[in-house]
Amino acid sequence: MPKLTIDGREVEVEQGTTLIEAARRLDIHIPHYCYHRGLSIAGNCRMCLVEVEGAPKMMIACHTQAADGMVVHTDNDKCREFRASILEFILVNHPLDCPVCDQAGECKLQDYYMEHGAAGSRLDEDKVKKRAKAKQIGPNIMLDTERCILCSRCVRFTDEITHTHELGITERADHSEITLADGAWLDNRYAGCVVDICPVGALTDRDFRFKCRVWYLTAVDSICTGCGRGCNIAIHVNRDRPHKAGGARVMRYKPRENPEVNQWWMCDEGRYTYKQIDHDRLTEATVEGRTATVEEALDATGAALRKAGDAVGVLVATTATNEELYLARALFAGALGGHAAYLAPPQGEADDLLILADKAPNTRGAQEILGEQAADPVAWVKEKGVKAVVVVGEAELTGLKAEVDHVAVIATHPGKATEQAHVVLPGSVHAEAEGSFTNLAGRVQRIRVAVPPIGGAVETWRLLMELGDRLGHPFDFAFEDDIFAALADQLAPFAGLSHESLGRRGAPLGSGTTQPAEVA
Amino acid sequence: MSAPKLLSANFGSEVSHRLDHYLERGGYDEARRVIAEVEPEQVIDQVKRAKLRGCGGAGFPTGMKWSFIPKGGDKPVYLAVNADEGEPGTFKDKYILTYEPHMLLEGMLICGKAVGCHKAYIYVRGEFDLPIERMEQAVAEAYERGYLGADVMGTGFPFDVVVHRGGGAYICGEETALLESLEGKPGHPRLKPPFPALVGLHGCPTVINNVETLALVPHITRLGADAFLKLGVESQGGTKLYCVSGHVNRPGIFELSPSVTLRALIDDYAGGMRDGAKLKAVIPGGLSAPVLRPDELDTEGSFEGLKQVNSMLGSAGLIVMDESVCMVEAMHTIIQFYAHESCGQCTPCREGTGWMRRIVERILAGHGRAEDTANLDSIARKITGTTICPLGDAAAWPVMGFVEKFRDEFEYFCKNGRSMVSGEKVGA
Repeated sequence: MPKLTIDGREVEVEQGTTLIEAARRLDIHIPHYCYHRGLSIAGNCRMCLVEVEGAPKMMIACHTQAADGMVVHTDNDKCREFRASILEFILVNHPLDCPVCDQAGECKLQDYYMEHGAAGSRLDEDKVKKRAKAKQIGPNIMLDTERCILCSRCVRFTDEITHTHELGITERADHSEITLADGAWLDNRYAGCVVDICPVGALTDRDFRFKCRVWYLTAVDSICTGCGRGCNIAIHVNRDRPHKAGGARVMRYKPRENPEVNQWWMCDEGRYTYKQIDHDRLTEATVEGRTATVEEALDATGAALRKAGDAVGVLVATTATNEELYLARALFAGALGGHAAYLAPPQGEADDLLILADKAPNTRGAQEILGEQAADPVAWVKEKGVKAVVVVGEAELTGLKAEVDHVAVIATHPGKATEQAHVVLPGSVHAEAEGSFTNLAGRVQRIRVAVPPIGGAVETWRLLMELGDRLGHPFDFAFEDDIFAALADQLAPFAGLSHESLGRRGAPLGSGTTQPAEVA
Repeated sequence: MSAPKLLSANFGSEVSHRLDHYLERGGYDEARRVIAEVEPEQVIDQVKRAKLRGCGGAGFPTGMKWSFIPKGGDKPVYLAVNADEGEPGTFKDKYILTYEPHMLLEGMLICGKAVGCHKAYIYVRGEFDLPIERMEQAVAEAYERGYLGADVMGTGFPFDVVVHRGGGAYICGEETALLESLEGKPGHPRLKPPFPALVGLHGCPTVINNVETLALVPHITRLGADAFLKLGVESQGGTKLYCVSGHVNRPGIFELSPSVTLRALIDDYAGGMRDGAKLKAVIPGGLSAPVLRPDELDTEGSFEGLKQVNSMLGSAGLIVMDESVCMVEAMHTIIQFYAHESCGQCTPCREGTGWMRRIVERILAGHGRAEDTANLDSIARKITGTTICPLGDAAAWPVMGFVEKFRDEFEYFCKNGRSMVSGEKVGA
């Protein structure tokens, strides 16, 4: 294990560790563009040049391996001088169009220039005219080669991660350009990731560009609900000026690094599911098709459930959180002596990178907490003799209304489930409540509140608690983490876990009792 | 100074490229003997003791390079012959390809024996029509007559050779870019380590040697290491091909001992300056070697000798300039070349070469500024040592050399908007 000194501090690292990673251990950030931990090393941007004592020239930290006794300087005068000079070179042909560039505010060229750049410009020559300016290269991606710094991250992503090889670099010298391969179209299922890894404004997302300046966005940790993988994401919310974006609050998802789940990536199918959060939502309650207050709707369902005695049931879609599932179980199967089951998750295509066939985020959680699946909801109510049923989430329920006296649906969007409802209660989506999902691999991961429930909607967990109140079984949970604590207390796989211990990267089922959860 | 013509005796011949002619001269005897009788270690040791230095430009000891190839590995070993001769001012390898293709093949066979290689690629510069034709003909003849193939000359030693025509990019003469190109990818030099001796062509151990280097190998085994070393100087065995071009009376190619001085090369072999003109500057080793003034030419034309005057022998292509040359204009020619040929991977080389070109063009157009000379120098300095491959250095060194040695010409052009030499502005 080589032991080396970086900026005067000693660190011991595994054989083969690069200087940029060794420095990271010491929380020393070495500026870089082309280096990405998920991709092969290209070594072309030269931004990470550092001084290694005894070496004849500056070394790139992304490729130079740590050696025993090495003395490295990452921020002395020489390093700063070279960094400033690399930035000057990058800017030779980079347009100074930050005010009209959609990347402004999250641009590594801006960031590093402010931190490491030269004050003035020595350049008075014309810039090289590139060919592709605002060129669409895929259904969701725009390319601006003038802004490209040729770090080749996007090329390596399509070569090494998706193996789809849509992108390449043509021409030479300062005429080099990122381009589509002959006949190619950047439409692989992960194409949006090239925007995430582009350090500058060369690749932008057609869905997001020009909708909102990034400095108006707030990032909130969450989990993608597109499938059972549970990719870690940040929800980017435009809290202050939704009026500038047609009322939309959530502007985009960005993948968040989690080596155990999605590394740095997410699929486009999941990426664009954010649109459901603000689109076509149920914002008010209805009773028998007539608009009602949430109170009135809860009262109606409460009365119907009371009347049914223990012939009550709850059917929960696997989009529900662990906390919602637990409340459903505790109230219906526990306190009321009725029945609880989960609905079959929608199925789709899987691939060999991230995408799973199970298109719901919490099927594993439902399996752990409710155990029983109601493959055919109508048959299930008949079999159990259920007379009043609460459905949480969306499902195909044709014929259900005819089988029972009362169907209440806690839903977020109008759909097949609400068609069968006597009472519709507007619930919350994952971006509107605290909670957790358990992905198919059994990893429990938190979701956080990004926005309040839309319009007249109420957090689903609160609606379930309100029903408990009306049925004489009040829960005394103040917050969602209290519910999780009760769940962890009752169900062995969750034992020892808490919202706090799940941290930003989650923890596997069963890990709470044997090992401390990883806190990132 | 008089040296036997190991390589160049038949340059210009109508027949020397044919197998029969080569055989009449004892051709392939050495390859047959070495393959049949000599141990690989002995061959490498002989080449080391002969102090053969790589003739592509870097002057790396060839025997040492061969010794880096791992022994007994489970991957095939490849030989890539660098015949992508593109360094401006250099025109020696194309003579070997054209007039002594079998000598190259024989050297390759001996190398193959030394490093355990059975498959070789000759990567030839795309523009070399005749050399490629000759090389392909030689390979075909050698296969037909059993000098290449599954059983070379009945020794049981298999050796295959493929002639690969390059696409015309200067950078593909850089050894790792050459490998990328051979693999069908753009010619982008690779990060090192790993070095090609361990991870080369298709991820396998690979020797990359220049044409002239390999063509000298049969002479080493024939003459013996000591005799070969004696043809050269202490640090560098054998003869050297020098290419002299520019304002001399007899431009051409000269095979000499590297003990020859640059001055003797110009005056005694290249016939002195054309029309009695006065010598102004010499670029000694291909375009990227730092320029020399007339008072620096008494140095020995060896790799070590040129180091003494802070330049380099490189590919031994001498470009001789008389006093009619405007150095600002000459620099434009140079920087234009590199700005065109940079592969575009590394930021400093990609952006810096074009930036310097545009500054020089502005100076030539009469719009120079006081700070331009210093800026050229400082841009060049920021390119050196910061790139994956030596092209960045190759582009920067001439600029630094020109500015250092002919600074007054640059400052004059910037200040007066016209050339100190011709009195004219040059650009539009």
